[in-house]
Amino acid sequence: MNWRGVYAIYKFEMARMRRTLLQSVVSPVISTVLYFVVFGSAIGGRITDMQGVSYGAFIVPGLIMLTILTNSVANASFGIYFPRFLGTIYEILSAPISGLEIALGCVGAAATKSIILGLIVLATAGLFVPLDIAHPVAMIGFLVLTAITFSLFGFLIGIWADNFEKLQVIPLLVITPLTFLGGAFYSIHVLPPAWQTVTLFNPIVYLISGFRWSFFNVADVSPGVSLAMTAGFLSLCVLAVYWVFRTGYRLKT
Amino acid sequence: MPPIIAVSNVSKTYASGLVALKGVSLDIAPGEIFALLGPNGAGKTTLIGIICGIVNASGGTVTVGGHDNVTEYRAARSLIGLVPQELATDTFETVWATVSFSRGLFGKSPNPAFIEQVLKDLSLYERRHSKIMTLSGGMKRRVMIAKALAHEPQILFLDEPTAGVDVELRRSMWELIRKLRDVGVTIILTTHYIEEAEEMADRIGVINKGEIVLVEEKAELIRKLGQKQLILDLAQPLAALPPELARRNLVLAGDGQQLVYTYDTKGEHTGITALLNELSAAGIRFKDLNTKQSSLEDIFVGLVSGK
Repeated sequence: MNWRGVYAIYKFEMARMRRTLLQSVVSPVISTVLYFVVFGSAIGGRITDMQGVSYGAFIVPGLIMLTILTNSVANASFGIYFPRFLGTIYEILSAPISGLEIALGCVGAAATKSIILGLIVLATAGLFVPLDIAHPVAMIGFLVLTAITFSLFGFLIGIWADNFEKLQVIPLLVITPLTFLGGAFYSIHVLPPAWQTVTLFNPIVYLISGFRWSFFNVADVSPGVSLAMTAGFLSLCVLAVYWVFRTGYRLKT
Repeated sequence: MPPIIAVSNVSKTYASGLVALKGVSLDIAPGEIFALLGPNGAGKTTLIGIICGIVNASGGTVTVGGHDNVTEYRAARSLIGLVPQELATDTFETVWATVSFSRGLFGKSPNPAFIEQVLKDLSLYERRHSKIMTLSGGMKRRVMIAKALAHEPQILFLDEPTAGVDVELRRSMWELIRKLRDVGVTIILTTHYIEEAEEMADRIGVINKGEIVLVEEKAELIRKLGQKQLILDLAQPLAALPPELARRNLVLAGDGQQLVYTYDTKGEHTGITALLNELSAAGIRFKDLNTKQSSLEDIFVGLVSGK
């Protein structure tokens, strides 16, 4: 293992994040506050408890997931796409470092950043609603696992994309809608039965459900299933990254 | 001494169907400066890309320091520093950060004193805290060299190092290359400036249309393929060549002021004595004479134009 190489990539990515600290921290905080003002106070006051949890608190896990998913994908995809765009990828490809090590540095940094942001959103939410976390260890576990999985997914998008537009397409057209439809703001049990079945094909349902269980001990699907689905998606992404570096897909000619 | 790089029957066909390399074999000796010459599109950059691990070969093998560059890529790549042709830099990083990054990427422990020395050698030390985007093109090129040297490679690839670089910087780059060679670094440079190969290289390889056309010691190459010209400045201009001198390889130049005789240095008889005797017999006198060795450029043009 070339640990120094992994660390060099990790440090490089973290430095890039430090340069954009203001926009990357301030914007999720502001949008969280907006969600609380709109859903928590303005509309949430008229909504009865959801699965025995006050509505304002109920949306907290979904909001954190929304932040984690979008930021993991955005950071990791940009992190690998930008060197390809600049041409500086030559150095990484010619270095004595394996594909999985490159992914480790890049994905590790993207996941670190989204975990930090997730915790900032959690702290911001704590200013609006009282938060009792039922299973703190499981909460951190889901947070970390999700951040890593979607950073890997973003890494793959950054390799697949060959222009800036493609880089945006998946987050905008897939991740955000699936998160909204995945029960970020409601329990899927409020849906008609047919739609509940459709929703079960949305992988993000399992992430949000498991994460919400770690907060309030209530879930749409059992936490074990949530964990298994997350682990399954993580394995798929790892396999895909392995394939990318084996074949040199979009990286080597 | 075993070669430090052994390229054996390497071929490359791109997905587009373009055949870039056709079974290239090449050995590079440790410590030499090897110049790879060839016209644009000859396969120089593809060959370097394959040796450095950026391009997958379609066939053949490459060993670097005895390590196969695919199965033992870590050991092979650790030995190599690469400066590609295109200027590609992390524009928002500082010089110091980007060069230190390169060292870490190659798995070397941090060594600020070494980085400092590299930056000083490349006249970048004063600008070490500057963002790369604020540097001139020549400085960016030197930053890329500094990055390639940051992990103390034994082999340095310079792909068109002086393309678009001013004369002064070119001279200082040549100086640097010589210094590196003096400390034992093997240098492979590609260029289409013949003058550069002539100035720098110990050995020269010519690549054309994906094939190595020739590999030769520079001096030997010039001697073997070289033709010489004897130029006579005449005392009296001539309107035309006298019929008795109308032999091959003799032309009248400079408005009748000069006679130019081209001969082969390999030939047993250069014919110079006979020519001078004939001139004397014809009453043609000359006030000066000099000879000119054909340059590498003439040789090169002759080779790639399919002679």
